Amino acid sequence: MTAIKPRAKRTGLYLGLGFLMVVYLVPMYMTLITAFKDPADINLLTAWVPPLRLHWRSFTEAFTLLGPKFLNSVILTVTATAASTVLGSLNGYVFSKNKFRGSEIVFTLFLLGMFIPYQIILIPLFQVLRSVGLYGSLFGLITAHVVYGIPIVTLIFRNFYDQIPESMLESARIDGARYFGIYRRIIFPLSIPGFVVAGIWQFTQIWNEFLWGITLTREEAKPITVGLAQLAGGQAVSWNIPMAGSLITALPVLILFVFLGKFFIRGLLAGSVKE
Amino acid sequence: MRAQHGLGRRADTIKSILVILPSLILIGIFVYGFIGNTIYVSLTDWGRGAGLAERPVKNFVGLENYVQLFTGFIHARFRQDLVNAIFYTLFVLAGTLGLGLLLAMLLDRAVRADALFKTVFLYPMALSFIVSGTIWRWLLAPSGGINLLPTVFGAEKWEFLWISSRDTVLSFNWQRFPQIVLIVLSVIFTALLLRTALARKSVHSRKRILRFAALALAGWLLVLLFGAIREKVLPYPEPHGFNLATLGIIIAAVWQYSGYTMAMFLAGLQGLPAGIRESARIDGAGEIKYYWHIAIPNLRSITFSAVIMLSHISLKMFDLIFAMAGADNANTGHPSVNMYLTTFRANNFAVGAGIAVIMFMLAALLIIPYLIHSYRERAGL
Repeated sequence: MTAIKPRAKRTGLYLGLGFLMVVYLVPMYMTLITAFKDPADINLLTAWVPPLRLHWRSFTEAFTLLGPKFLNSVILTVTATAASTVLGSLNGYVFSKNKFRGSEIVFTLFLLGMFIPYQIILIPLFQVLRSVGLYGSLFGLITAHVVYGIPIVTLIFRNFYDQIPESMLESARIDGARYFGIYRRIIFPLSIPGFVVAGIWQFTQIWNEFLWGITLTREEAKPITVGLAQLAGGQAVSWNIPMAGSLITALPVLILFVFLGKFFIRGLLAGSVKE
Repeated sequence: MRAQHGLGRRADTIKSILVILPSLILIGIFVYGFIGNTIYVSLTDWGRGAGLAERPVKNFVGLENYVQLFTGFIHARFRQDLVNAIFYTLFVLAGTLGLGLLLAMLLDRAVRADALFKTVFLYPMALSFIVSGTIWRWLLAPSGGINLLPTVFGAEKWEFLWISSRDTVLSFNWQRFPQIVLIVLSVIFTALLLRTALARKSVHSRKRILRFAALALAGWLLVLLFGAIREKVLPYPEPHGFNLATLGIIIAAVWQYSGYTMAMFLAGLQGLPAGIRESARIDGAGEIKYYWHIAIPNLRSITFSAVIMLSHISLKMFDLIFAMAGADNANTGHPSVNMYLTTFRANNFAVGAGIAVIMFMLAALLIIPYLIHSYRERAGL
């Protein structure tokens, strides 16, 4: 009796997990089959039926429409991610290894920036970018992402540097290394995983962002999320192109997620759980 | 030697301040300065329809914009948006926490291929709300997608309008809004009072009991008072409630973020010492007992963090609503969508700022205590 029961339990567990996995994959299944269908075959009644042959035309059509915005998003995401991780690494070094009187308060004040609903800063941001001539351009958008990324990347790097033992810094100090020498010789070389975690986090956030994309840029500088919303908006669209567009928009972050999932999860937890 | 060390420390502090100075200035202006500016703008008329002027001559109007938002005839949609925001937050929280905990408990049992399962449950998190919104709009199309699923099993297809339903349940009259808020607060304080009073005595409990008793009493007195004078915020009844059209958006959000809570809870469960589980088993506690009495109570601080992050995300629902229902669909509205329409379509910056401030205040209710708590923990106070 005792030999069978755990086994039945185990089977139940896998059946449950398998069912949930199917449920979570349904939207992806629907997207894939719709994107690969011959547009003429798309109708609501056969929505669940997979295509017999793969048609790539929807992808080329979607990419012609999204291409320039895809490029905008690449430039925006790469630049802003690079700039904010460098800032975050330096800040993290201060808040973790060079605490001074009041540094905890300053750090807490920084953190507020990652929890605000961004509507609260949108109007002044819009006005300031306009008055300095950055409104509408990609550079204005990059500025916004770098500035409002400071809190989370600082937090990620601080948590990361907290794990580097003080004794390592002490031995470098005995060897005569000073403030920036320690950063260059000890901290920075150990930071690669920190840069990966913070970089993936920022890349995902910036690539997926929409509110600033739609309010702070003109047509020629709009990111891909805005492009997809335009593509899929309106009522008379055929669904193959929005689905192909969704896949194109999702692809860069999905690739990152599949190959560097572990770091992605660490970034996810960094914002809340103490490592 | 010691003096030199002291000097070195001071030099290091100066270097530290110089390193964080650029970030400090940027945060100071772009976060704190801008919040202050938005609050100020919300107290003005933005030069009365100066619209897109770069430097409008603003006139101070006090709380007029807020009075308009809460009681003005033309802002009825904002009030429904506010009610929607509460329901969005509650249902998204309940859904993601419940489902996330279930997934974490399933994966906590030394499952084979757990990396595969984790990847599948988490991939929605990597998507933009615009991507998931576009996909779910297709899945929830009125005469296709999910509604066709029953036909696979030979049943009738569903007719439910996931995003475009016009039905509302749990309606209440906005005229009674102050009373309802007071009653809810009083019930909460009374519950807290009972909980503290019935719990085991601790050093602080007497002070706490007194505090909650005073708050509960004040609440109920105000309820009676308001009931007696029958103060009405509107001259006419205005029903608001839970719009069923928000269900489709809630489902999409839960699909997208339950993987996040799963990851949080799983980290918490796996962080528990292995010995606890063993000794619970030896004591004869089954799986259910182990989770209910031992594991879940230990997840309290993780749940708190998850609630903070998810509430923040639920205020970011703008993208998802925009992609699934469009900004103009009043049934699925949200203050963030309204803020966008009011500010950037109607060019009514002052009222838009008012909406933003109300959203900020709601967020601050959770965030400020959370930040103070985390500061105290870090500083070891």
